[in-house]
Amino acid sequence: MIFQGKARRFSQDNDINTDYIISGRYKFKIQDPNELATHVMEDLDPGFFQRRQDGDFIVAGRNFGCGSSREQAPQAIKYARISAVMAKSFARIFYRNAFNIGLPLIECDTDQIKDGDELKLDLAKGVVTNITQNKDIKIKPLPPVMLSLLQDGGLVEHIKKHHGFNL
Amino acid sequence: MGQTIIEKIFSKHAGKNVAANEIVIAEIDFCLGQDGTSGIVIDSFKKMNATRVFDSKKMAVIIDHSSPSPNSGVSAIHKKIRDFSLQQKLQFFDVGQGVCHQLVPERGFVVPGDLVVGADSHTCTYGALNVAATGMGSTDVAACAATGRNWFKVPESIKFICNGKLPKGVYSKDLILFLIGQVGADGATYMSCEYTGPAINNLSVDARFTISNMAIEMGAKFGLMECDKKTLDWVKKHSRKKFLCQSADPDAKYFRTLIFDVSKLEPQVAKPHQVDNVCPVREVAGTEIAQGFIGTCTNGRVEDFGIAAKILKGKKIKKGVRLIVAPASNWILKETMKKGYIDTLLDAGATLVTPGCGPCVGTHNGVPSDNENVISTANRNFKGRMGNPNAFIYLASPATVAASVITGKITDPRKHLK
Ligand code: SF4
Repeated sequence: MIFQGKARRFSQDNDINTDYIISGRYKFKIQDPNELATHVMEDLDPGFFQRRQDGDFIVAGRNFGCGSSREQAPQAIKYARISAVMAKSFARIFYRNAFNIGLPLIECDTDQIKDGDELKLDLAKGVVTNITQNKDIKIKPLPPVMLSLLQDGGLVEHIKKHHGFNL
Repeated sequence: MGQTIIEKIFSKHAGKNVAANEIVIAEIDFCLGQDGTSGIVIDSFKKMNATRVFDSKKMAVIIDHSSPSPNSGVSAIHKKIRDFSLQQKLQFFDVGQGVCHQLVPERGFVVPGDLVVGADSHTCTYGALNVAATGMGSTDVAACAATGRNWFKVPESIKFICNGKLPKGVYSKDLILFLIGQVGADGATYMSCEYTGPAINNLSVDARFTISNMAIEMGAKFGLMECDKKTLDWVKKHSRKKFLCQSADPDAKYFRTLIFDVSKLEPQVAKPHQVDNVCPVREVAGTEIAQGFIGTCTNGRVEDFGIAAKILKGKKIKKGVRLIVAPASNWILKETMKKGYIDTLLDAGATLVTPGCGPCVGTHNGVPSDNENVISTANRNFKGRMGNPNAFIYLASPATVAASVITGKITDPRKHLK
Protein backbone atom coordinates (compact mmCIF):
# COMPACT_ATOMS: atom_id res chain seq x y z
CA MET A 1 0.00 0.00 0.00
CA ILE A 2 1.45 3.33 -1.10
CA PHE A 3 0.03 6.75 -0.18
CA GLN A 4 1.09 10.24 -1.19
CA GLY A 5 0.01 13.65 0.07
CA LYS A 6 0.88 16.72 2.11
CA ALA A 7 1.71 16.83 5.82
CA ARG A 8 -0.80 18.70 7.99
CA ARG A 9 0.37 19.80 11.42
CA PHE A 10 -1.49 21.71 14.15
CA SER A 11 -0.71 24.48 16.63
CA GLN A 12 -0.71 21.77 19.31
CA ASP A 13 1.67 18.89 18.76
CA ASN A 14 1.35 16.47 21.69
CA ASP A 15 -1.74 14.98 23.35
CA ILE A 16 -4.19 15.79 20.55
CA ASN A 17 -7.30 14.23 22.09
CA THR A 18 -10.41 12.68 20.59
CA ASP A 19 -12.51 15.70 21.62
CA TYR A 20 -10.36 17.83 19.32
CA ILE A 21 -10.53 15.27 16.53
CA ILE A 22 -14.32 15.27 16.69
CA SER A 23 -16.20 17.19 19.36
CA GLY A 24 -18.92 15.59 21.51
CA ARG A 25 -21.17 18.37 20.21
CA TYR A 26 -21.36 16.53 16.90
CA LYS A 27 -20.76 12.89 17.63
CA PHE A 28 -24.03 12.41 19.46
CA LYS A 29 -26.10 14.22 16.85
CA ILE A 30 -24.64 13.22 13.53
CA GLN A 31 -24.72 9.64 12.33
CA ASP A 32 -23.52 10.20 8.77
CA PRO A 33 -19.70 9.79 8.76
CA ASN A 34 -19.32 12.05 5.71
CA GLU A 35 -21.07 14.87 7.51
CA LEU A 36 -19.12 14.18 10.71
CA ALA A 37 -15.89 14.45 8.72
CA THR A 38 -16.60 18.08 7.85
CA HIS A 39 -16.06 18.92 11.56
CA VAL A 40 -12.78 17.04 11.93
CA MET A 41 -10.19 18.91 14.09
CA GLU A 42 -12.55 21.88 14.25
CA ASP A 43 -11.95 22.96 17.87
CA LEU A 44 -8.19 22.96 17.38
CA ASP A 45 -8.03 24.29 13.83
CA PRO A 46 -11.30 25.82 12.53
CA GLY A 47 -11.60 25.39 8.77
CA PHE A 48 -9.24 22.42 8.68
CA PHE A 49 -11.65 20.33 6.64
CA GLN A 50 -11.95 22.99 3.95
CA ARG A 51 -8.17 23.42 3.75
CA ARG A 52 -7.07 19.78 3.71
CA GLN A 53 -6.92 17.83 0.46
CA ASP A 54 -7.71 14.22 -0.32
CA GLY A 55 -4.79 11.98 0.53
CA ASP A 56 -3.14 14.35 3.02
CA PHE A 57 -1.47 13.04 6.17
CA ILE A 58 -2.10 14.29 9.69
CA VAL A 59 1.26 14.66 11.46
CA ALA A 60 1.67 15.14 15.21
CA GLY A 61 3.88 14.52 18.23
CA ARG A 62 3.30 12.24 21.20
CA ASN A 63 0.08 10.57 22.42
CA PHE A 64 -2.16 11.30 19.44
CA GLY A 65 -5.79 10.26 20.03
CA CYS A 66 -5.86 10.26 23.81
CA GLY A 67 -9.18 10.57 25.60
CA SER A 68 -12.44 8.90 24.78
CA SER A 69 -13.11 5.61 23.06
CA ARG A 70 -15.26 7.22 20.37
CA GLU A 71 -14.74 5.44 17.10
CA GLN A 72 -16.14 8.55 15.44
CA ALA A 73 -12.62 10.00 15.91
CA PRO A 74 -10.71 7.75 13.47
CA GLN A 75 -13.87 7.57 11.36
CA ALA A 76 -13.98 11.36 10.95
CA ILE A 77 -10.31 11.32 9.87
CA LYS A 78 -10.85 8.48 7.44
CA TYR A 79 -13.95 10.04 5.89
CA ALA A 80 -12.07 13.33 5.56
CA ARG A 81 -9.97 11.22 3.19
CA ILE A 82 -6.75 11.54 5.17
CA SER A 83 -4.48 8.65 4.11
CA ALA A 84 -2.82 8.01 7.45
CA VAL A 85 -1.84 9.66 10.72
CA MET A 86 1.85 9.91 11.62
CA ALA A 87 2.90 10.56 15.20
CA LYS A 88 5.64 9.74 17.68
CA SER A 89 3.13 7.70 19.69
CA PHE A 90 -0.59 6.95 19.83
CA ALA A 91 -3.09 6.43 22.63
CA ARG A 92 -4.17 2.83 22.97
CA ILE A 93 -7.92 2.83 22.29
CA PHE A 94 -7.54 5.15 19.32
CA TYR A 95 -4.82 2.88 17.96
CA ARG A 96 -7.07 -0.19 17.92
CA ASN A 97 -10.04 1.74 16.62
CA ALA A 98 -8.12 3.12 13.67
CA PHE A 99 -6.90 -0.28 12.48
CA ASN A 100 -10.31 -1.81 13.11
CA ILE A 101 -11.80 0.59 10.57
CA GLY A 102 -8.81 0.41 8.21
CA LEU A 103 -7.06 3.74 8.91
CA PRO A 104 -3.28 3.22 9.08
CA LEU A 105 -1.35 4.85 11.95
CA ILE A 106 2.36 5.31 11.53
CA GLU A 107 4.79 5.68 14.41
CA CYS A 108 7.91 7.53 13.36
CA ASP A 109 10.15 10.48 14.18
CA THR A 110 7.80 13.26 13.09
CA ASP A 111 10.30 15.99 14.04
CA GLN A 112 11.64 15.50 10.51
CA ILE A 113 8.35 16.58 8.95
CA LYS A 114 7.19 20.19 8.51
CA ASP A 115 3.67 21.40 7.82
CA GLY A 116 3.07 21.27 4.06
CA ASP A 117 5.88 18.79 3.27
CA GLU A 118 5.05 16.38 0.44
CA LEU A 119 5.20 12.80 1.79
CA LYS A 120 5.07 9.31 0.34
CA LEU A 121 4.25 6.37 2.60
CA ASP A 122 5.18 2.84 1.56
CA LEU A 123 3.61 0.47 4.09
CA ALA A 124 5.18 -2.68 2.68
CA LYS A 125 8.68 -1.21 2.73
CA GLY A 126 8.08 0.46 6.10
CA VAL A 127 9.31 3.86 5.02
CA VAL A 128 8.07 7.43 4.72
CA THR A 129 9.79 9.54 2.07
CA ASN A 130 9.80 13.26 2.73
CA ILE A 131 9.86 14.40 -0.90
CA THR A 132 10.16 18.10 -0.03
CA GLN A 133 13.22 17.53 2.14
CA ASN A 134 14.48 14.62 0.07
CA LYS A 135 14.95 12.17 2.92
CA ASP A 136 13.63 8.82 4.13
CA ILE A 137 12.19 8.31 7.58
CA LYS A 138 12.02 4.81 9.03
CA ILE A 139 8.70 3.78 10.54
CA LYS A 140 8.13 1.43 13.46
CA PRO A 141 7.07 -1.90 11.90
CA LEU A 142 3.36 -2.62 12.31
CA PRO A 143 2.51 -5.47 14.71
CA PRO A 144 1.43 -8.59 12.73
CA VAL A 145 -2.09 -8.36 14.22
CA MET A 146 -2.52 -4.86 12.82
CA LEU A 147 -1.20 -5.88 9.42
CA SER A 148 -3.63 -8.78 9.16
CA LEU A 149 -6.52 -6.51 10.16
CA LEU A 150 -5.50 -3.93 7.55
CA GLN A 151 -5.10 -6.62 4.90
CA ASP A 152 -8.58 -8.01 5.63
CA GLY A 153 -9.95 -4.46 5.38
CA GLY A 154 -10.65 -3.94 9.09
CA LEU A 155 -12.15 -5.91 11.96
CA VAL A 156 -15.66 -6.24 10.53
CA GLU A 157 -14.34 -7.85 7.36
CA HIS A 158 -11.96 -10.00 9.40
CA ILE A 159 -14.76 -11.45 11.54
CA LYS A 160 -16.98 -11.92 8.50
CA LYS A 161 -14.26 -13.69 6.57
CA HIS A 162 -13.13 -16.01 9.36
CA HIS A 163 -16.44 -16.32 11.25
CA GLY A 164 -14.66 -15.13 14.38
CA PHE A 165 -11.09 -14.26 15.29
CA ASN A 166 -8.22 -15.68 13.31
CA LEU A 167 -5.18 -13.75 14.50
CA MET B 1 8.13 -16.34 37.43
CA GLY B 2 5.64 -14.33 39.44
CA GLN B 3 2.67 -12.65 37.78
CA THR B 4 1.02 -9.26 38.07
CA ILE B 5 -2.74 -9.02 38.64
CA ILE B 6 -3.40 -8.48 34.95
CA GLU B 7 -1.20 -11.41 33.87
CA LYS B 8 -3.21 -13.63 36.20
CA ILE B 9 -6.57 -12.45 34.92
CA PHE B 10 -5.51 -12.89 31.29
CA SER B 11 -4.07 -16.33 32.02
CA LYS B 12 -7.44 -17.35 33.42
CA HIS B 13 -9.34 -15.99 30.43
CA ALA B 14 -6.99 -17.20 27.72
CA GLY B 15 -6.80 -20.70 29.17
CA LYS B 16 -3.00 -20.71 29.39
CA ASN B 17 -0.24 -19.02 31.32
CA VAL B 18 0.59 -15.69 29.71
CA ALA B 19 3.01 -12.85 30.38
CA ALA B 20 3.19 -9.17 29.46
CA ASN B 21 3.42 -8.30 25.75
CA GLU B 22 1.90 -11.57 24.56
CA ILE B 23 -1.07 -11.30 22.23
CA VAL B 24 -3.97 -13.48 23.37
CA ILE B 25 -7.52 -14.26 22.40
CA ALA B 26 -9.51 -14.17 25.62
CA GLU B 27 -13.08 -14.94 26.68
CA ILE B 28 -14.85 -11.93 28.14
CA ASP B 29 -17.25 -11.99 31.10
CA PHE B 30 -19.23 -8.88 30.26
CA CYS B 31 -19.45 -6.08 27.70
CA LEU B 32 -21.32 -2.79 27.46
CA GLY B 33 -22.06 0.25 25.39
CA GLN B 34 -23.61 3.67 25.98
CA ASP B 35 -25.74 5.93 23.80
CA GLY B 36 -22.78 7.73 22.23
CA THR B 37 -21.14 4.50 21.07
CA SER B 38 -23.81 1.80 20.80
CA GLY B 39 -25.15 3.03 17.46
CA ILE B 40 -21.88 2.02 15.80
CA VAL B 41 -21.73 -1.18 17.92
CA ILE B 42 -25.04 -2.20 16.37
CA ASP B 43 -23.98 -1.22 12.82
CA SER B 44 -20.72 -3.17 13.10
CA PHE B 45 -22.47 -6.14 14.72
CA LYS B 46 -24.85 -6.33 11.77
CA LYS B 47 -22.08 -5.83 9.22
CA MET B 48 -20.30 -8.83 10.79
CA ASN B 49 -23.41 -10.82 9.82
CA ALA B 50 -24.03 -11.54 13.50
CA THR B 51 -27.63 -12.09 14.55
CA ARG B 52 -27.62 -12.86 18.29
CA VAL B 53 -25.47 -11.38 21.07
CA PHE B 54 -23.27 -14.19 22.43
CA ASP B 55 -25.07 -14.09 25.80
CA SER B 56 -27.83 -11.55 26.39
CA LYS B 57 -27.21 -11.55 30.16
CA LYS B 58 -23.60 -10.54 29.57
CA MET B 59 -24.16 -7.33 27.69
CA ALA B 60 -25.52 -4.03 28.98
CA VAL B 61 -26.61 -1.00 26.99
CA ILE B 62 -27.05 2.24 28.90
CA ILE B 63 -28.60 5.51 27.72
CA ASP B 64 -26.68 8.00 29.84
CA HIS B 65 -24.70 10.48 27.74
CA SER B 66 -27.59 12.59 26.46
CA SER B 67 -30.41 11.49 28.67
CA PRO B 68 -33.24 12.35 28.30
CA SER B 69 -32.68 13.25 24.67
CA PRO B 70 -32.09 16.97 23.98
CA ASN B 71 -32.93 16.84 20.23
CA SER B 72 -34.36 14.72 17.47
CA GLY B 73 -30.98 13.51 16.14
CA VAL B 74 -30.17 11.99 19.53
CA SER B 75 -33.70 10.60 19.84
CA ALA B 76 -33.21 8.67 16.62
CA ILE B 77 -30.02 7.09 17.98
CA HIS B 78 -31.77 6.30 21.27
CA LYS B 79 -34.61 4.59 19.44
CA LYS B 80 -32.22 2.50 17.41
CA ILE B 81 -30.33 1.24 20.47
CA ARG B 82 -33.48 0.82 22.55
CA ASP B 83 -35.06 -1.35 19.85
CA PHE B 84 -31.93 -3.45 19.46
CA SER B 85 -31.49 -3.93 23.22
CA LEU B 86 -35.09 -4.99 23.76
CA GLN B 87 -35.09 -7.27 20.76
CA GLN B 88 -31.85 -8.94 21.93
CA LYS B 89 -33.12 -9.00 25.55
CA LEU B 90 -29.97 -7.26 26.82
CA GLN B 91 -29.47 -5.67 30.23
CA PHE B 92 -30.94 -2.37 29.13
CA PHE B 93 -31.03 0.92 31.06
CA ASP B 94 -33.14 3.67 29.59
CA VAL B 95 -32.95 7.42 30.27
CA GLY B 96 -32.64 8.46 33.90
CA GLN B 97 -31.25 5.21 35.31
CA GLY B 98 -27.72 6.55 35.64
CA VAL B 99 -24.17 6.54 34.29
CA CYS B 100 -22.98 3.22 32.83
CA HIS B 101 -19.93 2.99 35.12
CA GLN B 102 -22.07 3.34 38.20
CA LEU B 103 -24.83 0.98 37.03
CA VAL B 104 -22.64 -1.90 35.88
CA PRO B 105 -20.97 -2.51 39.27
CA GLU B 106 -24.01 -1.34 41.29
CA ARG B 107 -26.24 -3.94 39.65
CA GLY B 108 -23.70 -6.67 40.33
CA PHE B 109 -22.84 -7.47 36.70
CA VAL B 110 -19.10 -7.51 37.31
CA VAL B 111 -17.15 -9.21 40.10
CA PRO B 112 -13.46 -9.57 41.04
CA GLY B 113 -11.31 -11.45 38.56
CA ASP B 114 -13.64 -10.70 35.60
CA LEU B 115 -12.51 -9.50 32.18
CA VAL B 116 -14.81 -6.74 30.89
CA VAL B 117 -14.86 -4.61 27.74
CA GLY B 118 -16.91 -1.45 27.33
CA ALA B 119 -17.48 0.98 24.48
CA ASP B 120 -16.51 3.83 26.77
CA SER B 121 -13.04 4.84 27.83
CA HIS B 122 -13.83 5.00 31.57
CA THR B 123 -14.75 1.32 31.72
CA CYS B 124 -11.49 0.98 33.70
CA THR B 125 -13.52 2.23 36.73
CA TYR B 126 -14.35 -1.33 37.82
CA GLY B 127 -10.65 -1.98 38.44
CA ALA B 128 -11.36 -0.78 41.97
CA LEU B 129 -13.20 -4.09 42.41
CA ASN B 130 -10.29 -6.12 41.03
CA VAL B 131 -12.07 -6.35 37.67
CA ALA B 132 -9.90 -6.18 34.53
CA ALA B 133 -12.12 -3.73 32.68
CA THR B 134 -11.10 -1.61 29.73
CA GLY B 135 -12.57 0.74 27.16
CA MET B 136 -12.51 -0.10 23.47
CA GLY B 137 -14.12 1.24 20.35
CA SER B 138 -17.54 0.28 19.09
CA THR B 139 -16.34 -2.22 16.49
CA ASP B 140 -14.24 -4.04 19.09
CA VAL B 141 -17.26 -4.23 21.38
CA ALA B 142 -19.34 -5.46 18.45
CA ALA B 143 -16.79 -8.26 17.99
CA CYS B 144 -17.18 -9.11 21.71
CA ALA B 145 -20.96 -9.07 21.40
CA ALA B 146 -20.83 -11.33 18.36
CA THR B 147 -18.22 -13.83 19.57
CA GLY B 148 -17.84 -13.44 23.35
CA ARG B 149 -14.13 -12.91 22.81
CA ASN B 150 -11.54 -10.46 21.59
CA TRP B 151 -7.82 -10.15 21.10
CA PHE B 152 -5.68 -8.39 23.67
CA LYS B 153 -2.07 -7.54 24.18
CA VAL B 154 -1.27 -8.41 27.80
CA PRO B 155 0.00 -5.11 29.18
CA GLU B 156 2.99 -4.43 31.34
CA SER B 157 2.19 -3.03 34.78
CA ILE B 158 3.05 0.07 36.76
CA LYS B 159 2.71 -0.16 40.50
CA PHE B 160 1.73 2.92 42.52
CA ILE B 161 2.43 2.39 46.22
CA CYS B 162 0.64 5.05 48.26
CA ASN B 163 1.90 5.22 51.82
CA GLY B 164 0.58 7.29 54.70
CA LYS B 165 -2.92 8.63 55.30
CA LEU B 166 -4.68 11.39 53.35
CA PRO B 167 -5.04 14.51 55.52
CA LYS B 168 -8.45 15.99 56.35
CA GLY B 169 -10.03 17.77 53.37
CA VAL B 170 -7.93 15.77 50.91
CA TYR B 171 -9.70 13.00 49.02
CA SER B 172 -9.13 10.22 46.52
CA LYS B 173 -9.77 12.72 43.69
CA ASP B 174 -6.87 14.85 44.91
CA LEU B 175 -4.69 11.75 45.07
CA ILE B 176 -5.43 10.60 41.52
CA LEU B 177 -5.05 14.13 40.10
CA PHE B 178 -1.69 14.31 41.84
CA LEU B 179 -0.60 10.94 40.41
CA ILE B 180 -1.67 11.97 36.88
CA GLY B 181 0.28 15.21 37.30
CA GLN B 182 3.32 13.17 38.28
CA VAL B 183 3.33 10.71 35.38
CA GLY B 184 1.61 12.80 32.66
CA ALA B 185 -1.21 12.13 30.20
CA ASP B 186 0.77 9.39 28.46
CA GLY B 187 2.74 8.18 31.49
CA ALA B 188 1.01 4.80 31.55
CA THR B 189 0.02 4.32 27.90
CA TYR B 190 -0.95 0.70 27.26
CA MET B 191 -0.11 -0.24 30.86
CA SER B 192 -2.05 -1.79 33.67
CA CYS B 193 -1.84 0.38 36.79
CA GLU B 194 -1.89 -1.35 40.15
CA TYR B 195 -2.73 0.94 43.04
CA THR B 196 -1.75 -0.31 46.44
CA GLY B 197 -0.56 0.71 49.90
CA PRO B 198 -2.15 1.86 53.16
CA ALA B 199 -3.57 5.08 51.69
CA ILE B 200 -5.58 3.03 49.17
CA ASN B 201 -6.69 0.47 51.77
CA ASN B 202 -7.98 3.31 53.92
CA LEU B 203 -10.39 4.50 51.21
CA SER B 204 -14.02 3.43 50.90
CA VAL B 205 -15.02 1.54 47.75
CA ASP B 206 -16.79 4.70 46.49
CA ALA B 207 -13.54 6.63 46.82
CA ARG B 208 -11.54 3.87 45.16
CA PHE B 209 -13.74 4.00 42.04
CA THR B 210 -12.60 7.62 41.55
CA ILE B 211 -8.99 6.48 41.31
CA SER B 212 -9.51 3.54 38.96
CA ASN B 213 -11.84 5.69 36.83
CA MET B 214 -9.02 8.09 35.95
CA ALA B 215 -6.39 5.46 35.00
CA ILE B 216 -7.21 6.24 31.35
CA GLU B 217 -6.20 9.88 31.90
CA MET B 218 -2.60 8.66 32.04
CA GLY B 219 -3.20 6.45 29.02
CA ALA B 220 -3.60 3.21 30.99
CA LYS B 221 -5.60 0.23 29.85
CA PHE B 222 -6.48 -0.99 33.34
CA GLY B 223 -6.49 0.57 36.82
CA LEU B 224 -6.52 -2.32 39.25
CA MET B 225 -6.70 -2.77 43.00
CA GLU B 226 -6.45 -5.93 45.08
CA CYS B 227 -9.39 -7.20 47.11
CA ASP B 228 -9.70 -6.58 50.83
CA LYS B 229 -12.56 -6.91 53.29
CA LYS B 230 -14.20 -3.71 52.02
CA THR B 231 -14.17 -5.05 48.45
CA LEU B 232 -15.67 -8.37 49.49
CA ASP B 233 -18.42 -6.75 51.57
CA TRP B 234 -19.28 -4.40 48.72
CA VAL B 235 -19.36 -7.10 46.06
CA LYS B 236 -21.44 -9.49 48.17
CA LYS B 237 -23.93 -6.72 48.84
CA HIS B 238 -24.35 -6.01 45.12
CA SER B 239 -23.91 -9.34 43.34
CA ARG B 240 -24.69 -12.99 43.67
CA LYS B 241 -22.14 -14.06 41.06
CA LYS B 242 -19.29 -16.34 42.12
CA PHE B 243 -15.83 -14.83 41.96
CA LEU B 244 -12.15 -15.30 42.62
CA CYS B 245 -9.95 -12.34 43.58
CA GLN B 246 -6.58 -12.06 41.90
CA SER B 247 -3.52 -10.58 43.57
CA ALA B 248 0.01 -10.01 42.35
CA ASP B 249 2.82 -12.41 43.24
CA PRO B 250 5.61 -10.96 45.40
CA ASP B 251 8.11 -11.55 42.59
CA ALA B 252 5.91 -10.16 39.80
CA LYS B 253 7.74 -7.98 37.29
CA TYR B 254 6.79 -4.32 36.92
CA PHE B 255 7.69 -1.83 34.20
CA ARG B 256 7.96 0.75 36.96
CA THR B 257 7.21 1.06 40.66
CA LEU B 258 6.43 4.49 42.07
CA ILE B 259 6.24 5.14 45.80
CA PHE B 260 4.48 8.17 47.29
CA ASP B 261 3.86 9.39 50.80
CA VAL B 262 0.45 11.06 50.71
CA SER B 263 0.30 12.31 54.28
CA LYS B 264 1.19 15.87 53.31
CA LEU B 265 -0.83 16.03 50.10
CA GLU B 266 -2.89 19.20 49.58
CA PRO B 267 -6.16 19.53 47.61
CA GLN B 268 -5.35 19.47 43.88
CA VAL B 269 -6.86 20.85 40.67
CA ALA B 270 -6.28 20.09 37.00
CA LYS B 271 -6.18 23.38 35.10
CA PRO B 272 -7.51 23.86 31.55
CA HIS B 273 -7.21 22.18 29.05
CA GLN B 274 -5.24 19.08 30.11
CA VAL B 275 -5.92 16.58 32.87
CA ASP B 276 -2.20 16.36 33.67
CA ASN B 277 -1.95 20.15 34.12
CA VAL B 278 -2.16 19.67 37.89
CA CYS B 279 -1.28 21.98 40.78
CA PRO B 280 -2.32 22.45 44.42
CA VAL B 281 -5.59 24.42 44.83
CA ARG B 282 -3.53 27.08 46.63
CA GLU B 283 -1.85 28.12 43.38
CA VAL B 284 -5.12 29.00 41.61
CA ALA B 285 -7.17 29.98 44.68
CA GLY B 286 -9.13 33.17 43.99
CA THR B 287 -9.76 32.40 40.31
CA GLU B 288 -13.36 33.41 39.61
CA ILE B 289 -15.78 30.67 38.59
CA ALA B 290 -19.23 30.87 37.02
CA GLN B 291 -20.37 27.28 37.42
CA GLY B 292 -19.73 24.25 39.61
CA PHE B 293 -20.63 20.69 38.69
CA ILE B 294 -20.80 17.69 41.02
CA GLY B 295 -21.51 14.37 39.38
CA THR B 296 -20.15 11.92 36.75
CA CYS B 297 -18.71 8.42 36.93
CA THR B 298 -15.73 9.94 38.75
CA ASN B 299 -17.43 11.71 41.65
CA GLY B 300 -21.21 11.33 41.52
CA ARG B 301 -21.58 8.80 44.35
CA VAL B 302 -23.32 8.96 47.73
CA GLU B 303 -20.14 9.76 49.64
CA ASP B 304 -19.34 12.63 47.23
CA PHE B 305 -22.71 14.30 47.85
CA GLY B 306 -22.24 13.76 51.58
CA ILE B 307 -18.97 15.69 51.46
CA ALA B 308 -20.51 18.50 49.39
CA ALA B 309 -23.61 18.68 51.63
CA LYS B 310 -21.45 18.97 54.74
CA ILE B 311 -19.70 22.02 53.30
CA LEU B 312 -22.86 23.62 51.88
CA LYS B 313 -25.08 23.00 54.95
CA GLY B 314 -26.70 26.29 55.93
CA LYS B 315 -24.75 28.16 53.25
CA LYS B 316 -25.77 29.80 50.00
CA ILE B 317 -24.12 29.60 46.61
CA LYS B 318 -22.74 32.98 45.61
CA LYS B 319 -25.14 35.08 43.56
CA GLY B 320 -24.41 34.76 39.85
CA VAL B 321 -22.82 31.32 40.24
CA ARG B 322 -24.57 28.05 39.30
CA LEU B 323 -24.09 24.65 40.91
CA ILE B 324 -25.32 21.67 38.91
CA VAL B 325 -25.58 18.28 40.56
CA ALA B 326 -26.17 14.97 38.78
CA PRO B 327 -26.23 11.81 40.91
CA ALA B 328 -24.53 8.96 39.04
CA SER B 329 -27.58 6.70 39.33
CA ASN B 330 -31.21 6.62 40.28
CA TRP B 331 -30.30 4.55 43.34
CA ILE B 332 -27.76 7.18 44.38
CA LEU B 333 -30.37 9.89 43.93
CA LYS B 334 -32.72 8.03 46.27
CA GLU B 335 -30.00 7.36 48.86
CA THR B 336 -28.84 10.98 48.85
CA MET B 337 -32.45 12.10 49.24
CA LYS B 338 -32.93 9.77 52.21
CA LYS B 339 -29.81 11.14 53.83
CA GLY B 340 -30.98 14.71 53.31
CA TYR B 341 -28.03 15.65 51.09
CA ILE B 342 -30.18 16.70 48.16
CA ASP B 343 -32.30 18.94 50.42
CA THR B 344 -29.16 20.62 51.70
CA LEU B 345 -27.81 21.18 48.20
CA LEU B 346 -31.11 22.50 46.89
CA ASP B 347 -31.45 24.84 49.87
CA ALA B 348 -28.01 26.19 49.06
CA GLY B 349 -29.25 26.94 45.54
CA ALA B 350 -28.10 23.92 43.51
CA THR B 351 -29.80 22.68 40.34
CA LEU B 352 -30.56 18.96 40.24
CA VAL B 353 -30.44 17.24 36.84
CA THR B 354 -31.26 13.69 35.71
CA PRO B 355 -29.03 10.85 36.92
CA GLY B 356 -26.61 10.25 34.07
CA CYS B 357 -23.63 11.99 32.55
CA GLY B 358 -25.26 15.40 32.83
CA PRO B 359 -23.14 18.23 31.45
CA CYS B 360 -19.88 16.18 31.63
CA VAL B 361 -19.63 15.67 27.91
CA GLY B 362 -21.31 18.83 26.68
CA THR B 363 -24.47 17.41 25.21
CA HIS B 364 -26.95 19.36 27.38
CA ASN B 365 -27.84 20.36 30.96
CA GLY B 366 -25.32 23.10 31.63
CA VAL B 367 -23.15 24.23 28.73
CA PRO B 368 -20.98 27.15 29.94
CA SER B 369 -20.83 30.41 27.99
CA ASP B 370 -17.72 31.94 26.39
CA ASN B 371 -14.83 32.76 28.73
CA GLU B 372 -16.53 31.24 31.76
CA ASN B 373 -14.57 29.16 34.24
CA VAL B 374 -16.16 25.97 35.48
CA ILE B 375 -15.04 23.87 38.43
CA SER B 376 -16.12 20.26 38.03
CA THR B 377 -15.72 16.86 39.67
CA ALA B 378 -15.47 15.16 36.24
CA ASN B 379 -12.43 13.43 34.80
CA ARG B 380 -11.74 15.52 31.68
CA ASN B 381 -11.20 19.24 31.10
CA PHE B 382 -10.41 19.20 27.39
CA LYS B 383 -11.26 22.28 25.41
CA GLY B 384 -14.91 22.05 24.38
CA ARG B 385 -15.58 19.11 26.68
CA MET B 386 -18.65 20.67 28.29
CA GLY B 387 -19.96 21.89 24.95
CA ASN B 388 -18.16 25.22 24.52
CA PRO B 389 -14.56 25.41 23.28
CA ASN B 390 -14.30 28.96 24.65
CA ALA B 391 -14.90 27.94 28.28
CA PHE B 392 -12.29 26.82 30.83
CA ILE B 393 -12.70 23.72 32.99
CA TYR B 394 -10.92 23.03 36.29
CA LEU B 395 -11.17 19.53 37.78
CA ALA B 396 -11.28 19.03 41.53
CA SER B 397 -12.81 17.06 44.40
CA PRO B 398 -16.47 17.50 45.44
CA ALA B 399 -15.22 19.37 48.53
CA THR B 400 -13.26 21.88 46.47
CA VAL B 401 -16.21 22.40 44.11
CA ALA B 402 -18.61 22.92 47.05
CA ALA B 403 -16.28 25.41 48.75
CA SER B 404 -15.72 27.27 45.48
CA VAL B 405 -19.40 27.83 44.65
CA ILE B 406 -19.89 29.49 48.06
CA THR B 407 -17.21 32.09 47.42
CA GLY B 408 -17.48 32.22 43.61
CA LYS B 409 -13.75 31.66 43.47
CA ILE B 410 -11.59 28.55 43.48
CA THR B 411 -11.28 27.84 47.19
CA ASP B 412 -9.32 25.44 49.37
CA PRO B 413 -12.04 23.34 51.05
CA ARG B 414 -10.07 22.87 54.25
CA LYS B 415 -11.13 26.31 55.45
CA HIS B 416 -14.76 25.20 55.22
CA LEU B 417 -14.33 21.95 57.12
CA LYS B 418 -13.55 23.28 60.58
S1 SF4 C 1 -19.99 10.77 33.33
FE1 SF4 C 1 -18.68 11.75 31.81
S2 SF4 C 1 -16.81 10.53 31.80
FE2 SF4 C 1 -18.38 9.32 32.84
S3 SF4 C 1 -19.27 8.02 31.27
FE3 SF4 C 1 -20.49 9.88 31.37
S4 SF4 C 1 -19.63 11.27 29.83
FE4 SF4 C 1 -18.13 9.66 30.23
